[in-house]
Amino acid sequence: MSKVPGDLRYTKSHEWVRVEGQALVVGITDHAQDLMGDMVFIELPRPGTRLAAGKECAVVESVKAASDVYAPVAGEVTMINEALANAPETLNTDPYGNGWLFTMKPADPASLQGLLDAPAYEALLASEA
Amino acid sequence: MLIFECGAPGRANTTHMPPPAPAPDDIPQALLRRTPPSLPEVSELQVVRHYTRLSQRNFAIDTHFYPLGSCTMKYNPRAAHVAALLPGFANRHPLAPESTGQGLLACLFELQEILKAVTGMRAVSLTPMAGAQGEFAGVAMIRAYHAARHDLERDEILIPKAAHGTNPATAAMCGYRVREIDVCADGDIDLAALDAALGPKTAGLMLTNPSTLGVFDRHIEGIAQRVHAAGGLLYYDGANLNAILGQVKPGDMGFDVVHLNLHKTFATPHGGGGPGAGPVGVGERLLPFLPVPMVGESGGRYYWITEKTRPQSIGRLSTFTGNVGVLLRAYVYARLVGRTGMARIAQYATLNANYLLDRLSRLGYEPAYRGRRAAHEFLLTLKGLKERTGVTALDVAKRLLDKGYHAPTIYFPLMVPECLLIEPTETEGRAEIDGFVAAMAEILTEAETRPEVLKTAPHTLPVRRVDEVRAARELDLTWGSRAAEG
Repeated sequence: MSKVPGDLRYTKSHEWVRVEGQALVVGITDHAQDLMGDMVFIELPRPGTRLAAGKECAVVESVKAASDVYAPVAGEVTMINEALANAPETLNTDPYGNGWLFTMKPADPASLQGLLDAPAYEALLASEA
Repeated sequence: MLIFECGAPGRANTTHMPPPAPAPDDIPQALLRRTPPSLPEVSELQVVRHYTRLSQRNFAIDTHFYPLGSCTMKYNPRAAHVAALLPGFANRHPLAPESTGQGLLACLFELQEILKAVTGMRAVSLTPMAGAQGEFAGVAMIRAYHAARHDLERDEILIPKAAHGTNPATAAMCGYRVREIDVCADGDIDLAALDAALGPKTAGLMLTNPSTLGVFDRHIEGIAQRVHAAGGLLYYDGANLNAILGQVKPGDMGFDVVHLNLHKTFATPHGGGGPGAGPVGVGERLLPFLPVPMVGESGGRYYWITEKTRPQSIGRLSTFTGNVGVLLRAYVYARLVGRTGMARIAQYATLNANYLLDRLSRLGYEPAYRGRRAAHEFLLTLKGLKERTGVTALDVAKRLLDKGYHAPTIYFPLMVPECLLIEPTETEGRAEIDGFVAAMAEILTEAETRPEVLKTAPHTLPVRRVDEVRAARELDLTWGSRAAEG
């Protein structure tokens, strides 16, 4: 069973969001990395990019497929995880830690309320199984 | 071993080669190269042995059962090769006048007519050089149609989740935004999701039917009605035409444009990188936009149709008229099997697929769409097997190679976990299919009793399990880069 940390928010498209002060850290879930398999290439947005909620903003590519990552909420990209360029496998080994993708400043901090909490995301995974 | 590693400096056997042609003397000195090119130095016999050995390592339709789903790896009849290689065809120059090439033009014209009849379309252009280029031509025509009507707000192409990756790539190449449409649990398109997506932004819908899930969408007429009502056009991806050849026409389902993969459905060779052929057919609405050249006929004379009489054409897609050698093979194939043979192709392709699906289900393999009849291919999911034994679709695919079978398509479509997409085609007999079932039965037993045999497969091939991850992360495709590292 894949890990679903209780302190994160989730999207239906398998991204996670962690609140760190004013910023949001975004990554893909353990379930998503397990489904994709060994990662070989990660394409991240440029810092400063404005993201619309639900629009594709990054690409993760594994030996099986390339898949879009969707912006969990609207906002602006502030930092990207540059270490992933040389070590895409970090997404497999540590999806909720060193495998983070980018940080963003939400346009509206309240928009986070629209995301799933851990029990709701677990229920989603159970319904997809 | 690479050809570069076979030779030695100065090694050659000029006695078996024709005398060198005199060097042209009108090239300025400054433009002549001073260092010889870095070519392997080997004798002719070494070259022949090297490539013959490599060819013997191939898994090919000529040597093995090749159930690669969505690729239609059927037998390529030798008669088609023989006819296409006749000197009158093979030695013809593409710029030779129409009057000296009436035979070739007649073949191409008749192939256009046959493809019109098979697809239920009003006209066909043979010029796209591969399936992807056929798709490009199809969507470019949809774009030209809306532009000609000054209907410029339509910037979205709808594509079901299960589609081939080329569909969204094509839409993007033609400047469209892609909207993904969900698929229901039974494999059909989610009509509610389609209704929600359709609107004044819709340029068209791209659909493969039967889909890559191996099932025929039962609501196709309703889908066509909805898309047309919204002002969009319907694009038929011909990847899976083999399942319905001579039985149902895309034109009758309501499609406005079709591309065919002659290298799948019409048995021209593929699998080694082509060349392919991806003719496009269109209904009434798209007639003016077909790519040129096409072949016309008037009073028994055949002629090229060009931009001169087709000012609204999306233009040319290749220097001349596509891969003529492939088109000729497809023409001969169509004439060999004939009208009744074509209907039997779909019957036996679907019969073989359903027989194989039934046998594998009885062994304990899990169909991804239980209760749905297969088209010409079907999907199994090994999700349960992986949970029980740790054995994955990749392991099963590799073990099949040991047992003398080309692996099916794996991990596509991605929405079905641990899937195998299996397409036996109509050219396999029952004995071959039963042999494949026996191999799959052995693999199932191995998975339950000694999964490590599967995890480390293949065991009998010249190359053992390759490191896919390293191959993708450290891509190295050129001799030069390795030589530079010393």
